Amino acid sequence: MRVNVTVNGEQRQADEVWEGESLLFLLRERLGLPGSKNACEQGECGSCTVYLDDVPVCSCLVAAGQAQGREVRTVEGLAQGDRLDPVQEAFVEAGAVQCGFCTPGLVVAAHDLIRRVPDPGDPEIREALAGNLCRCTGYEKIMDAVRLAARRARS
Amino acid sequence: MDFLRPDTFAEALALKAGQPEAVPIAGGTDVMVELNFDHRRPAALLDLTRIAELREWSVADGVVRIGAGVPYVRVIEELGDRLPGLAMASRTVGSPQIRNRGTVGGNLGAASPAGDTHPVLLAGDAAVEVASTRGTRLIPATEFYLGVKRNALRPDELIAAVHVPETRAPQQFSKVGTRNAMVIAVCSFAVALHPGERRVGAAVGSAAPTPRRATDAEEFLTGELVATNQWESPKPLKDAVKRRFGELVAKAASPIDDVRGSAAYRKHALSVLACRTLGWAWQDYTGKVA
Repeated sequence: MRVNVTVNGEQRQADEVWEGESLLFLLRERLGLPGSKNACEQGECGSCTVYLDDVPVCSCLVAAGQAQGREVRTVEGLAQGDRLDPVQEAFVEAGAVQCGFCTPGLVVAAHDLIRRVPDPGDPEIREALAGNLCRCTGYEKIMDAVRLAARRARS
Repeated sequence: MDFLRPDTFAEALALKAGQPEAVPIAGGTDVMVELNFDHRRPAALLDLTRIAELREWSVADGVVRIGAGVPYVRVIEELGDRLPGLAMASRTVGSPQIRNRGTVGGNLGAASPAGDTHPVLLAGDAAVEVASTRGTRLIPATEFYLGVKRNALRPDELIAAVHVPETRAPQQFSKVGTRNAMVIAVCSFAVALHPGERRVGAAVGSAAPTPRRATDAEEFLTGELVATNQWESPKPLKDAVKRRFGELVAKAASPIDDVRGSAAYRKHALSVLACRTLGWAWQDYTGKVA
């Protein structure tokens, strides 16, 4: 089937999409956007997190056909040209990236938290990131990055 | 495989009547896992996410009607005051990403014995509104779960909504797992006080082939509270009463040993959950009456 979807502000089209295919597969394999990572394929790890109509979701659990006519924003769509999003900058500065596989999903989840909750406490940060796993277990640096990004967003 | 994309519920029912083998998909948090892992290759997917009417909830005669497409995050944010137990169970589902997508309707459709909302729906006297081109029927939650991942839906039917009586009375839900997020319950328990009827509802999850009411526990506690005039002038519950309630809840379960826990552990944990949640609910009630 054909799927038309707006991705990072651009109208995109894909043909011969298999009906049982995930939005994650569509993004990575058909639209050339490998930022969202494919790991667990069951919603456990959050590394495929994207915005779907402005709501963070696991793109592995969205059928590609369900994205027809909708707006998707992936991690590739957070930076403004060469200028990283403040959340991305904070991850770099805080050293919140080890192997980097979980980073795109965590960045999107943290991005959503900070725009909803300008001054999140640690329990709120932990809760907001509870659906994202880092197997390098670099969680403390990730916490630092989110605190830093939130602080900058407020100032 | 067909991908069916109805815009209205009427259209969805017509499609389901024509292709009863079509698998409904809403949040995808169960269906997509089965597809991704090649556990299921349905002839068709019936996408329900375009149907605006499924995303609405309303209240009539003290009963909240929650459209099958309302995600958990909205139950939590919009219905916590009217449906405390359901909101509490919804908060324990998956992660933020899962709660943004997953629906109570989907929990009912999947009918997993471990589904988080089932014990609350059973304890709180909910009913499931199912529809087909032949008409609509309301199935009490107590008659909805038929077996492991089997429910009372006929092949041409879709879940339209779930009806849950609104309440200000205390309700509690608790589940056991290895962490707070992303846990499939090892076992779960819900208790609902019904002061108007001087009755208590109680149900277990993930501890039998289906979620089920703990009727002996309900009857014991209901009788005890009436006999000691507790609804009018509540006092702290005796430990012996809470303990007996917990024992009867554990007896209602028929759990298995599996990767998440042993049958013996589940029974023990259920008695602890029942004892604790009853304590919390009763303390809450005592505070409200005083």
